[in-house]
Amino acid sequence: MSQRITVVEKILGANERLAETNRLALDQAGVFGLNLMASPGAGKTSLIEHTIRRLADRYQIAVVDGDVATSIDADRAAAAGAQAVQINTGGECHLDAVMLQEALAQLDLPSIDLLIVENVGNLICPANFQLGTHKSVLIASVPEGDDKPYKYPGMYQGVDALVINKIDLQPYIEFDMDYFRRGVEALNPGLVTFPLSCRTGQGMEDWLAWVGEWVERGR
Amino acid sequence: MHELMITESILEIALRHARDAGAEKITDLYLVIGELSTVVDESVQFYWDFVSEGTAAEGAKLHFRRIPAELLCQACRHAYSLKEDLTCPKCHSNDVRIITGREFSLEAIEVDQAVPETRAAKENEVLS
Repeated sequence: MSQRITVVEKILGANERLAETNRLALDQAGVFGLNLMASPGAGKTSLIEHTIRRLADRYQIAVVDGDVATSIDADRAAAAGAQAVQINTGGECHLDAVMLQEALAQLDLPSIDLLIVENVGNLICPANFQLGTHKSVLIASVPEGDDKPYKYPGMYQGVDALVINKIDLQPYIEFDMDYFRRGVEALNPGLVTFPLSCRTGQGMEDWLAWVGEWVERGR
Repeated sequence: MHELMITESILEIALRHARDAGAEKITDLYLVIGELSTVVDESVQFYWDFVSEGTAAEGAKLHFRRIPAELLCQACRHAYSLKEDLTCPKCHSNDVRIITGREFSLEAIEVDQAVPETRAAKENEVLS
C-alpha cells in the first residue's frame, strides 16, 4: 500500500541547528564571529592580515582558516599575531557548522574577542551553509569584474557587509562601479559597503571601525 | 560540489520520516528547489544512487520541483520573473525584493506501508 507522507523540512536544517549551537558558544564567551567569504584571490587572507595587525593591540584575535589543502593562510594569520586554526576540508568547497565546531574546540574562546573565519574561496557553496558566526562578509575585488552580483546572486543576498578590495586597480581595469552597485542594491538593499585597498591602505579605516564596533558590542 | 553532503542530508530526513510512520520502503521523494538556491539536480541524482544503497530508500525516485525566482519592485509594485538584470523592468528601480526562488526543502515522501496482517486479511475478504 502506497502512502504519501508530508515532510516539509529544510534540507540543511541539521547544519542550521548546529550553527545555532556554535553561535551560543561564541555568545557565552563574548566572542564576535565574522565569516569572510570570497572567490579565490579576492584578498581574504590579505584583509585578515591587515585587520589583525591594526586591531591586535586592542583585541585578542583568532582565525579559523578553511582551505582545501595546505596551512599557508593560517601561517600568515599566525605570523600577523593571531591564534590560528587550519581546517583542511579535503576537497569540500565550503565550511559547515560541524567543521567550525571542531575548530572552536581547539581555541581558548574566553580569551578571544574577535574570531575571523576564512571560508573556502568560492562564490557559490559557502552561501548555503550557516556557521554560527554573527556577521557574514563578502569580499569582492575589482579585477573579478563588475558582473559578479548578477552571476552569483545567492552570495550577495546573504551577507551583512561587502568589502570591495583592490580599488587602487580601478584606473587599469574596466569596472563599472555603478553597474556593480546596482546589482548589489537589488540583491541586498542598503548593504553596508567598504571600498578599500589592502595594498595602499585606502579605505581601511572605515572597515576597521565597523569591525571594532561589533567587537565592542559583543564583549 | 557540496551535493554529496546535501544528498546525505536528504536521505537522513527521508529515513527519519519513514521510520516515524512505520514505513518499510521509500519509493519517491519530492524535493522543492528554488532557482536561486545553487543546487544541481543531476548532481544530487548522481550521488543519490550510492548514498541510498542498502537503506530503505534504495532505488527511490527523486522528483524535483523547481521554483522560479519571482521579484517584486518596492517602488512601483510590479511583479516579475528574474531575467538577466535584477532591476525592475518597468521603472528600473533597484529597490526590489526576492519573493520566491530561495526554497530548498523536502516536501514529501511516498512510502510502501507494511499492511498489518489482520487488516490485509480483512481487505481480502471484502475484495473477494
